[in-house]
Amino acid sequence: MKLITAVIKPFKLEDVRQALAEAGVQGMTVTEVKGFGRQKGHTELYRGAEYTVDFVPKTKIEAAVPDALVEQVLEAITGAAGTGSIGDGKVFVFDLEHAVRIRTGETGDAAL
Amino acid sequence: MKTAISSPLRWGVGLLAALGPALAFAQAPDKGDTAWMLTSTALVLLMSVPALALFYGGLVRSKNMLSVLMQVFVGFSLITVLWCIYGYSFAFTAGNPFFGGASRVFLSGVFDAANEASPFALGATFSKATPMYEIVFVGFQATFAAITCCLILGSLVERVKFSAVLLFLAIWFTFAYIPVAHMVWFWAGPDSYTDAASAAAANAQAGLIWSWGALDFAGGTVVHINAGVAGLVGAVVLGKRVGLGRESMPPHNLTMTMIGASMLWFGWFGFNAGSALEANGYAALAFMNTFLATACAVLGWTFAEWLLKGKPSMLGAASGAVAGLVAITPAAGNVGIPGAFVIGLAAGVVCLWGCTGLKKLIGADDSLDVFGVHGLGGILGALLTGVFNTRALGGPGIVADWVTAAMGDTSPMAQLLIQAKAVGLVVVWTGVVSFVGFYIVKAVMGLRVAEEHEREGLDITSHGERAYTG
Repeated sequence: MKLITAVIKPFKLEDVRQALAEAGVQGMTVTEVKGFGRQKGHTELYRGAEYTVDFVPKTKIEAAVPDALVEQVLEAITGAAGTGSIGDGKVFVFDLEHAVRIRTGETGDAAL
Repeated sequence: MKTAISSPLRWGVGLLAALGPALAFAQAPDKGDTAWMLTSTALVLLMSVPALALFYGGLVRSKNMLSVLMQVFVGFSLITVLWCIYGYSFAFTAGNPFFGGASRVFLSGVFDAANEASPFALGATFSKATPMYEIVFVGFQATFAAITCCLILGSLVERVKFSAVLLFLAIWFTFAYIPVAHMVWFWAGPDSYTDAASAAAANAQAGLIWSWGALDFAGGTVVHINAGVAGLVGAVVLGKRVGLGRESMPPHNLTMTMIGASMLWFGWFGFNAGSALEANGYAALAFMNTFLATACAVLGWTFAEWLLKGKPSMLGAASGAVAGLVAITPAAGNVGIPGAFVIGLAAGVVCLWGCTGLKKLIGADDSLDVFGVHGLGGILGALLTGVFNTRALGGPGIVADWVTAAMGDTSPMAQLLIQAKAVGLVVVWTGVVSFVGFYIVKAVMGLRVAEEHEREGLDITSHGERAYTG
């Protein structure tokens, strides 16, 4: 099993959700996050006070998937979240040791 | 002092209520006037709670939202109570050129049921034989005193102790607001002027600045310069907020600021048009000038900001509206439509500079720009009132002789000088009182909350609650 964590542009969330569902992903967790990469932040001006906002709002998606699905999932995310411009985000893949479905007690791939 | 000057005097909000026994009004107050003034009073209340509270509250960080609302809400209530205990009496009864007397302490005599023939004392307006109920004037002016004190808070927010706010407001109200209101607005009323001798006697009773012939329709000096300078002094004495310049301190809710500014605009019709004290043409002139100048100032600020800073901001538009309202306040019934155009536009641009260039120059953490908007806008409005009062520039001129109520004209240069003198005295007076007042409070209880409390936010640490939960 792998845990896929993707940080994407917030407005791409619906496209990515749809692409993941089509790829066979059964569920995911979404968090609104802020961060910075190569994309620059922006400045805000309130009367005389100017603030540089370095952290850009992003959406983080976490999905646990069977090993067999990893390649398809990566393609789905990069395809759906990409705009070609800076700030499209990143995808991280982690080994996932164990999973349990709380309701039934199923474990491993069956819990996903 | 200068009391014998029979200088041309006109429009200002002042009235002498306490002449009561000496004057026998032939008729009862007009019901339309009374209805308008009660409405105006309620409109001015709305300017403080919630309008000013929301305008200010939206500009602070969310952790300090309730502290701002509380300071305005309770400050407003405190001054209203003090007004009815002694404020009204010392501001609006005869005394000396600086302070009134104690005859209306606890509003004694304003309403007296034992006097069955006329239980309601009457006061003067700006028209002969046109009395108003004194109790209406008491309420109208209470809202002025209270909002003026609340304006100062914008310079102190996010770090000031709640107890320090209350003590300072009580001190400042007593030694700055009351005497300045008396100096600028107190006079004997038009019915006291019947011949040369009575006119001299009436002038001798007037407040110092009134007797100079300074024009202040609704409070450029009394309200805005008074509060603006007090705020600046407070910002200097208090010192800067922790983290200023290193941490971002963006306004937490400009939506509320926009709602507050809009409600200020709405309520200001009571403030300015109500200052005519009657529902007449001058009330309508003040109303329209208030309407127009504010719109001009919104455009002035917005386009200047767009041009100079790159983007037209909502905060800029809302600030422009307040700047325009401030600047047109002394002028409202004292200038014509041309004056409103110029004063409004000028206020938008000048106050933008007050909140940017001038603020950097001064270097104090006047957190919500009380001086940049109210101090500077008030000075600009007070001076331009002198210029645009003249009929050559579309203004109404003034009453040249209160004995006959004959109208006359003013000379812009001469009137500008009188206005400047009034501005100068008020700046110095409120500056000194504020400085001493803040140091007294500092010595008694301290002005600032503990640094860790400031970091955590005043809502939790001073008031034990949060504005936004869940």
